[in-house]
Amino acid sequence: MKSQHPRLRELKFTLYRIFRNPSAVIGFLLILFFLAVAVFAPYIAPPKYAHNPYLMPHKGFSPTPKPPSKTHILGTASGQYDIFYGVVWGTRTAFKIGLFVVGFAALVGIALGAIAGYYGGTVDEVLMRITDIMWAVPTLVLAMTIVVAFGRGLDKIMIALALVGWRWYVRVIRSEILTLRDQDFVQAAKIMGVSDTKIILRHILPNAIYPALIMASMDMGSMVITASFMSFVGLGAPKGYADWGQMVALARNYIVGPPDDPLKFWYTIVIPGGCIVLFVLGWNLIGDALRDAFDPKLRRR
Amino acid sequence: MRFNGLSRHNRLNRLNLVIMLAYITRRSLLLILVLFGVSVLIFGILMTFSPERRAATFVSSPQQAKDIPRIIKQFGLDDPFYVQYIRWIKEVFKGNLGWSLVASRPVSEAFWNYFPVTLEMNLFAAPIVIIFGIWLGTLSGIHRDTWIDHSTRILAIVGWSLPTFLFALVLLMIFYGYFQIFSPGVLSDHLSMFILDNPDSFKAYTGLYTLDGILNGRLDITLNALSHLVLPVLTYVIVVVALNMRVMRSGMIEELSKEYVITAIAKGADKHTIHIKHARRNALLPVITVAGQLVAYSMEGSVAVEVVYNRHGIGWWLAESAVQLDIPVLMCICLFMAVIFVITNLTLDILYAYIDPRIRLN
Repeated sequence: MKSQHPRLRELKFTLYRIFRNPSAVIGFLLILFFLAVAVFAPYIAPPKYAHNPYLMPHKGFSPTPKPPSKTHILGTASGQYDIFYGVVWGTRTAFKIGLFVVGFAALVGIALGAIAGYYGGTVDEVLMRITDIMWAVPTLVLAMTIVVAFGRGLDKIMIALALVGWRWYVRVIRSEILTLRDQDFVQAAKIMGVSDTKIILRHILPNAIYPALIMASMDMGSMVITASFMSFVGLGAPKGYADWGQMVALARNYIVGPPDDPLKFWYTIVIPGGCIVLFVLGWNLIGDALRDAFDPKLRRR
Repeated sequence: MRFNGLSRHNRLNRLNLVIMLAYITRRSLLLILVLFGVSVLIFGILMTFSPERRAATFVSSPQQAKDIPRIIKQFGLDDPFYVQYIRWIKEVFKGNLGWSLVASRPVSEAFWNYFPVTLEMNLFAAPIVIIFGIWLGTLSGIHRDTWIDHSTRILAIVGWSLPTFLFALVLLMIFYGYFQIFSPGVLSDHLSMFILDNPDSFKAYTGLYTLDGILNGRLDITLNALSHLVLPVLTYVIVVVALNMRVMRSGMIEELSKEYVITAIAKGADKHTIHIKHARRNALLPVITVAGQLVAYSMEGSVAVEVVYNRHGIGWWLAESAVQLDIPVLMCICLFMAVIFVITNLTLDILYAYIDPRIRLN
């Protein structure tokens, strides 16, 4: 019998380990659901303004939210913005934020971490000191400062978070590479005259990438949380933009209803808020399952 | 005579001290470098504003717009970067951090007004986070893969996935809106008015209302401040305890699989002693790091809590300044965070080197 390629076998084994875990299945289902909503957004909630589908349609300007009805199945927020429309298109916004921020941060972080770890010496020293400086200020505070400098807006928030987020990956990848660098298979490749770039890409990174993958999965959630908080404060999307954080901000003055019915406007906050929580939960469940699947101590037992 | 056990012990001790001091000096120098880097970084970020825009913050009405070129000249806003940086950092060392629009007073003065509010919340939250984290983490580490472990795991993941500001809003909706027991703010209105009106009878010794209430013999103020702390502390604890718990759990699992534990079991030590006396003590090391990070990042968690519960602390000030473009405040808070980060890290380094000799020799 012809045996499989070892990398393929390893992948199969990893996938088996991941999907044996029920929380991973729930996580993947959640994210698949959101992905489907994001992809089919134009069919689920046809845009009213063709030039900018992210603008939530609204009828009138009454500040009081209206409960779910036939025309607005999830009700309307303050300013009569349709919550259903906002939630559907907000899924796209969330994916945009997560993919851009995490993609950029992971790419830059992994590249810098690989260079620092593999070459060592002065390069390592300089890169790590720069990373140290970036570490000293918490994500939210630094990101807020950058947003203020660049001007408000969702795109500015994404740029700011990407500029702050890479520092995690540098440290993780570097420490992984430090343990791999002096192992026999790397030395063997060097003696055979393989170029440094090829050693890093073909031989070292595939062995060092898992912690970064876990982190990226968790980051998809936490970056969306941070971005939605900044939108909530008023640094992000303008009023009426389909963004979950901005929708929570719209609900802010209506968390307490009239005295006879204090929970009257629950839907304005629970629906967009629930979307944020489920989205983040999905990524965290995946990250948690990945950690179990890749943990070498638990791996083959 | 000189070579008896005691004097050799002394000499070793002295050697240890020298190594320790050298290690601390090296770490301190690195951290000073970090502080310098942060100040350049922050100054650099905010220098991306054009001189005109920075001058505009000195102007209050459109009629004064013609003064802008004069202001740029007077304050040297178009000087080279390093000239402006040196001018700024000199003022920072003198304690002059500029003027805060939000607080309408000097930044350094406003800082000490806002800081106690944040400190008070963290003082109440931190012990709860650490104790619960260690306790739950130990439990789920010992009873790994049982229902205890699974439920703490679910708690951790859900805690991680809850955005602080959202959780705070929902708690406010339930407890303030529906049950009408806890209200936002730091103190009830009638009490804060009383304090404003009678600055002589209620002295702000510490700025922490819970403590000042006791010191001034006004237990009602202490109780009122405590009732305003319940929701913020609860929010903060639920969101943050997860991290501590997971680190403790994996530490416990790792320690319990080591050989000394097997030896202890073989020698017939009882389970409780092994878990608490042997394994937990060793598993606490990584938790110290996490607790240190918590201190450094506590301000970040405070931002969302303070914004939603309308507590005028450092976090609220930061958010408000970001919205109103109050740049000196942003710079001040970034620097403050960096200083806290550096101090916690130095403490952790020393603590670690003290506990684990391998670190200081490396």
